[in-house]
Amino acid sequence: MNASSKSIGQPLDRVDGLLKITGQARYAGEYPEDGLLHGSVVSGSIARGRVRRIDASRALTLPGVVTVIDHTNRPRIASDDEPYQDADAAEGSPFRPLYNDQVLYSGQPLALVIAENLELARYAGSLIEIEYEAQDHQTDLAILQNEAHPAPAELPKPRGNFQGEYASSALSVDVSYSTPIEHHNPMEPHASTVLYQPDGSLHIHDKTQGTQNCQAYVQKVFGLEKDQVRVFAAYVGGAFGSGLRPQYQLPLAVMAALALKRSVRVSLTRQQMFTFGYRPRTLQRVQLGAAANGRLLAVAHTAIGQTSRFEDFTEHVVEWSGMLYHCDNVELTYKLVPLDVYTPLDMRAPGAALGLIGLECAMDELACALAIDPIQLRLLNYAERNENEGKPYSSKELRECYAQGARRFGWDKRNPEPRSMREGRQLVGWGMAGGVWEAMQQKASARASLDANGQLTVSSATTDIGTGTYTVMTQIAAQASGISLENVTFILGDSSLPTAPLQGGSFTVSSVGTAVQQACEALNEKLLAVARQTCPAFAGATLEQVTFADGQLRLGEACVSLAELAQKSGETPLQVQVTAEPEEKRQAYATATHSAVFVEVLVDEDLGTVKVNRVVSAIAAGRVINPKTARSQILGGVVWGVGMALHEETLTDHALGRHMNHSLAEYHVPVNADIGDIDVVFVDEHDEIVNALGSKGVGEIGIVGVAAAVANAIYHATGKRVRDFPITLDKLL
Amino acid sequence: MSATLSETTQASFVRHPIRLTLNGQARELQVLPWTTLLDLLREQLDLVGSKKGCDHGQCGACTVLRDGKRINACLTLAVMCDGAELTTIEGLASADQLHPMQQAFIKHDAFQCGYCTPGQICSAVGLANEGRAQTKGQISELMSGNLCRCGAYNNIRDAIEEALPLCQQQGGDQ
Repeated sequence: MNASSKSIGQPLDRVDGLLKITGQARYAGEYPEDGLLHGSVVSGSIARGRVRRIDASRALTLPGVVTVIDHTNRPRIASDDEPYQDADAAEGSPFRPLYNDQVLYSGQPLALVIAENLELARYAGSLIEIEYEAQDHQTDLAILQNEAHPAPAELPKPRGNFQGEYASSALSVDVSYSTPIEHHNPMEPHASTVLYQPDGSLHIHDKTQGTQNCQAYVQKVFGLEKDQVRVFAAYVGGAFGSGLRPQYQLPLAVMAALALKRSVRVSLTRQQMFTFGYRPRTLQRVQLGAAANGRLLAVAHTAIGQTSRFEDFTEHVVEWSGMLYHCDNVELTYKLVPLDVYTPLDMRAPGAALGLIGLECAMDELACALAIDPIQLRLLNYAERNENEGKPYSSKELRECYAQGARRFGWDKRNPEPRSMREGRQLVGWGMAGGVWEAMQQKASARASLDANGQLTVSSATTDIGTGTYTVMTQIAAQASGISLENVTFILGDSSLPTAPLQGGSFTVSSVGTAVQQACEALNEKLLAVARQTCPAFAGATLEQVTFADGQLRLGEACVSLAELAQKSGETPLQVQVTAEPEEKRQAYATATHSAVFVEVLVDEDLGTVKVNRVVSAIAAGRVINPKTARSQILGGVVWGVGMALHEETLTDHALGRHMNHSLAEYHVPVNADIGDIDVVFVDEHDEIVNALGSKGVGEIGIVGVAAAVANAIYHATGKRVRDFPITLDKLL
Repeated sequence: MSATLSETTQASFVRHPIRLTLNGQARELQVLPWTTLLDLLREQLDLVGSKKGCDHGQCGACTVLRDGKRINACLTLAVMCDGAELTTIEGLASADQLHPMQQAFIKHDAFQCGYCTPGQICSAVGLANEGRAQTKGQISELMSGNLCRCGAYNNIRDAIEEALPLCQQQGGDQ
């Protein structure tokens, strides 16, 4: 239909780039208003107990301090669990800030100071005295691991006879891994600006991955009407999962705005970014049994994760071990240990980023035990179907990922012997691992609107957390509508726009992109109908006969501009709204993205320092909408994987029950000098099942498998298996 | 002023006059002694391009140029800027043309969420003024005070490598 317009697949520069590089893009805490009040959160310092007394008298003597809100004087908030259960809530009873005197974790918000300026609010917060009645707490997963309960997650049922086959396997590995707590730490701290409207309604700029999730939460928790709350998120300074649930600065800012009938902003400090969700610590055990020829006969993967005492947070940690390789005898177990901590939260490739550490390191250990090349071992056990679900894949080009990744990396020159490669005092290690992530699609809506000048505006309530949503949706709309890119605008980040799912799980292109495509196609049908009635040349023309290109409708030699048709339609702008749902045909298939990651590390023989010198990441994710922004997603995922492998770890002082390294100086994320060359390869993958775009999403797959590949490379360099992540230098000396 | 406040606290409420040149414009401002340059820019002057990522000089998101040198605006008190010539991200481009560093960041997709980006760009312009970075490795090392959680480091390096000579041709005018 749109022969000449091929904007999908082009490496278009980000359409929001100009605003970002000139400092004009405004984030949640950056909306000014005369008389805006500033909130500062006072965080609790015990891990469990109750608040006996909060003395705000010294703070309140300061001129410019407006009020101090705590559990004794807050506005009314809902008392049932249901209003707090947002679209990404874990099972249980969600945290309610300032609800009562109970202290559930260290760092819990216990009071909110509202003042005329930021410095004053924060200073006043330091003057607030809190008396506690402390109770015994436990924050150490390792101590309570034997009391773990089964996670409320639907795991694939055990298949075959794991115990029997494992016991009689020619070769086996039985290894345990541990991974630490990690915090998302987006560069932009969480913030909410609540602009109190003259009619008492609230316009809220929030840092979120779901404007409608936050809208519904505020509406329900505060018992407001739908039209009294509108949530915006035009620009989001990273989130990585931290914005999937409404975070506590949002209800706190709303409380103050409602209590004072004034506009209020609450921004969290970097330290407070360690006082809500995080990637949970896990203890994992992987048992692999294989025949002497390398065929997997038995796979068992057990994971124990931590959760809070008020919610059971679950993610998909172990499922991948039942699907990445062909195996008839599989047993997967997932348990939780409630602790006196906040509930964990989805963090980039939740579950998979953890589970693939266990599985892919264990596969490397098995390859070594069998003296088989790790790629060969994976090819020997290649899964043609998703054996957890008993379904074929809609597409799966993982073999090509292995092949192209290996070629780009030069894997054939690898000497498999550990400690066999070196450059001076640097031990060189080459390791690899595979990755997998689900390719999901959710119901989503979009509106396409064409004005009399031929400008197309497409909108949906989704967000762009840095993923490139503005850009790729513009490309999809341009291609589907036949309107050139410069005449297309995509609008997002407003809860009043057509319904969109949370931006997470790598399903935004699949879900919102499909809705955008369908909205533009529906608009075209409407335009053709106008043409049939108003342009004699198009009378009786069918959709199959015409083309939409360069802002025109064409049929043979006949041609009319879409702007003209919009004018003739009698309704300007000419508008359609659609809701796109996953197609029925998906049901019969499993859908997933895959990767093969190859890593070279240099390990200093004397100091134990590790440098990830180069990475090749080969990705199969269907059709790539924008190779430039998609590559950036994979680069980011690889950097995160390097962080998981070597740097990131939230350390808890279990005696105090609190995180110790709650700053960017002590919680180490990779810096520029930590990152070597990264080569991203997108393998051709054709998929007509997953969605009409044939595109699977790339936000998560880039991280999955990276940490395992780094660990395997470190083993190859040093001959040392470090199974306790992150792999810091002390563990290598 | 409340009589119960200590002298030190009372002093916190006394504004001090400063003069500075901000993005080419002479400004006379009244600032509180505890206000950082970053909060002055963001809260009082609505120049929110300079970002607050940590408020402790640990992330670099607040990097601005003071007399051509890159500094952390969050670790600089506003009263210390009397007489300074400051350039923030809002002042890098001329009326009709982006700074070469900005252009290179767009071309190389050297950002994703964009929150660290103004700091990265100001830091990179400061790096160009220093004239110390000749190789990619040096760029990497000397840009390591600017965190990017999205992980755009490779693209940041490529952008800076391309723009450095162009910035230096401009004669370090920032």
